[in-house]
Amino acid sequence: MFAADLLVAQNIGFAVIALVMIVGALRVVTTSNVVHAALWLVVVLSGAAAQYILLAAEFVAVTQVLVYIGAVMVLFLFGTMLTRARIGAERDLNNNYWRLGIPVAGVLFAAMTIAVVSSFGDEQLPDEPRVIGVQEISDQIFGPYLLPFWALSFVLLGAIIGAIVLARKD
Amino acid sequence: MLTSQFLLLGAILFCIGVYGVIARKNAVLVLMSIELILNSVNINLLAFALRNGSADGHTFALYIIAVAAAEVGVGLAMVLLIYRNRRSIGLDELSEMRG
Repeated sequence: MFAADLLVAQNIGFAVIALVMIVGALRVVTTSNVVHAALWLVVVLSGAAAQYILLAAEFVAVTQVLVYIGAVMVLFLFGTMLTRARIGAERDLNNNYWRLGIPVAGVLFAAMTIAVVSSFGDEQLPDEPRVIGVQEISDQIFGPYLLPFWALSFVLLGAIIGAIVLARKD
Repeated sequence: MLTSQFLLLGAILFCIGVYGVIARKNAVLVLMSIELILNSVNINLLAFALRNGSADGHTFALYIIAVAAAEVGVGLAMVLLIYRNRRSIGLDELSEMRG
């Protein structure tokens, strides 16, 4: 926990990516343009994928890029275009009581910071972590976690059918 | 790397997402804030997976990504339907279910 320990490449990378993610997240919740919010969300999601790689979770990082940045973002942009008469900055995106959110988020963050620091203060992550490959993840999914996988399949099926039924014209 | 740095990053993103859910009126922006919250949870899960050397965190992170995709699909379909019926997606104007 000294400067020599902290200034390794991983920590510098973490700090830069974390800073970009926080700025992006703040812009998502403060910008006055819905399309800009979607594009800032891309920044946050890409940063999250980079953090997953730092956490030695390559498969999850690739899935994040494919599913979130590839699919969910397209959905968001389509949703924006189909529900907006005009694309551009607009006022009136916030509630009348939006200021209430600042103390709520502040208190929540203070509570979580106290909990995290008191539980994990100086604990280091393992330097040589056990590599978890795709094979082990698939053994987990199709082994002990098969039941949630089935449930998830039905959730996705229901979501697809529900989305078609809801969005159909007639 | 410290364990707490990833957990604190997750906490910051979670709080920003909670602020977005409370402060935003536009339904699409509320869905984006929920995505921020789900991503912060994923960061926490993967940090603990690395800490414990276990693949459970990876499995749950993948499940969360799939559930989030389904949620966005249904959520945007609902937003589209509401917009078609009301010409507005302001969440404070949806007051039919108020008792």
